[in-house]
Amino acid sequence: MSYLTIRDLEVRLKDGGRLLRRVSLSVAAGEVRGLVGESGAGKSMIGKAILGILPRSVAVTGGEILLDGVDLQGLAPAERRRRIGATCALIPQDPLTALNPSHRVGPQITDRLVDILGWERKRAEARARELLAEVHIPDPERVMRAYPHELSGGMRQRILIASAFAAEPKLIVADEPTTALDVTVQKQILKLIKEMQERHGTALLFVTHDLGVVSKVCQSLTVLYAGMVVEDTDVRSFFRAPGHAYSRALLAATPKYTDPAASLTPVPEAVIAAVRAEVAATDRGAA
Amino acid sequence: MSALYEVEDLRLSLADMTKKPLFGAAPRLEILKGMSFTIPRGAVMGIVGGSGSGKSTLGRALVRLLEPSAGSVRFGGTDITHLGEAELRPLRRRFQMIFQDPMSSLNPRHTVGTIIAEPMRLHGFDDVAGRVGRALDHVGLPRGFSARYPHELSGGQRQRVGIARAIALEPEFILADEIVSGLDVSSQAQVLNLLEGLVRELGLTLAFISHDLSVIRRLCSRVLVLHHGLIVEDRETAALFADPQAAYTRELLEAIPLPDPDQVWA
Repeated sequence: MSYLTIRDLEVRLKDGGRLLRRVSLSVAAGEVRGLVGESGAGKSMIGKAILGILPRSVAVTGGEILLDGVDLQGLAPAERRRRIGATCALIPQDPLTALNPSHRVGPQITDRLVDILGWERKRAEARARELLAEVHIPDPERVMRAYPHELSGGMRQRILIASAFAAEPKLIVADEPTTALDVTVQKQILKLIKEMQERHGTALLFVTHDLGVVSKVCQSLTVLYAGMVVEDTDVRSFFRAPGHAYSRALLAATPKYTDPAASLTPVPEAVIAAVRAEVAATDRGAA
Repeated sequence: MSALYEVEDLRLSLADMTKKPLFGAAPRLEILKGMSFTIPRGAVMGIVGGSGSGKSTLGRALVRLLEPSAGSVRFGGTDITHLGEAELRPLRRRFQMIFQDPMSSLNPRHTVGTIIAEPMRLHGFDDVAGRVGRALDHVGLPRGFSARYPHELSGGQRQRVGIARAIALEPEFILADEIVSGLDVSSQAQVLNLLEGLVRELGLTLAFISHDLSVIRRLCSRVLVLHHGLIVEDRETAALFADPQAAYTRELLEAIPLPDPDQVWA
């Protein structure tokens, strides 16, 4: 049974413009699903819709988001927020803007546990120390008293990972968590996310534009184009033989240092025209 | 092949503003710690390294947006290490730069045509309108784009405008600093293919700064690997990838996640 199930999700701009087109996907406990596509394809929008943090100009206009079988759209707003807060977490892209520069790190991890989940501060602090050690931060006491600018990018991302796992969420949305990092640091952080996810048995929705990253951390993936699901498959079969022409083109445009002879092919016009026609067809079906 | 750039023991230090006391001068922080290399004419030199390795600082020293604190930079036989702005100005046409973020390096209030024409006017070119058109042809944009504004273009198109502005001045050398890192793979492939064609067609020498070794492998003939302000490896591209010498180069290579679930990524 999947922990997260999305069925025919539609998200629109207030003026009616479609951002997500009947998106369906699911993530089971212990599963890592990659969500890939070019910029503007709606990858982050899905994560935001799940977490209930869509921008004001945008709204869910159809379909359902089920967490553990319960449809979030059917709940009263306060109950929906409580449920999402208690069971979901986000690992954001940019560790510098996600941490408040004028507060020490410790309270930024513990406040959520205290204010939203009603833990006692002592217990929350002990939990924070425990988690910082779990993400391999050598001196948790010192780091909890530090301000974000005193720490490196990799260290800040570790703190956000610790913070995401703090309340033992069932589902984590990771939104391009390593895009701002160096490759060597990226490798450490990806391994850490994977290690934590496996140990805690969390369902993980991993938003990225990097097919290389997908092949390292995900078991399944959803490819998006213009807010429409183009392909939904497991990682092994995807890299062996992508099922959709657009996925094949995306893979062909990705450079590989091990294969310098391969010419880099931009996604061909014909493929874009074909996938646009599919988008138009779903729109007609929906209208 | 003669060298276009000859760099010897290049050192550069900047004020470390994070350590500046409330009163008094900030301490100096050495960014480039003695680099020597040459860029042959017609080469595509990849410059790679982690953040803080000094790759952008090195690039900015080459086009003299920063003044080195020691060592020397010779461009086409002329020592440009400590030239003043007035002496640099006539040389500037010959080394151009393409920036990482086209949104912040293209003036949002100017049309594409004006953006490409402005540097040519400053350098006293004739037939500016004709040259703008030919520059757009070169980068594969319709001539009609000269009436558009940057916000009307996609990321890949904006980056082409940056390239058109640089090549319009008929420079000998172009510095490209992370110019594809903000683009989707498809636009990235287009820009890389374009750049490769232009280098051949116009006989350019290119320095290509990137953190992505897969991109470097695709485009560059030679690679400098930087680490903490020093050159740890300076080799032909094929040789570097076949047999990386420096431990840091190997570490970089092994960290790249290839789109292949069977890659050993220990």
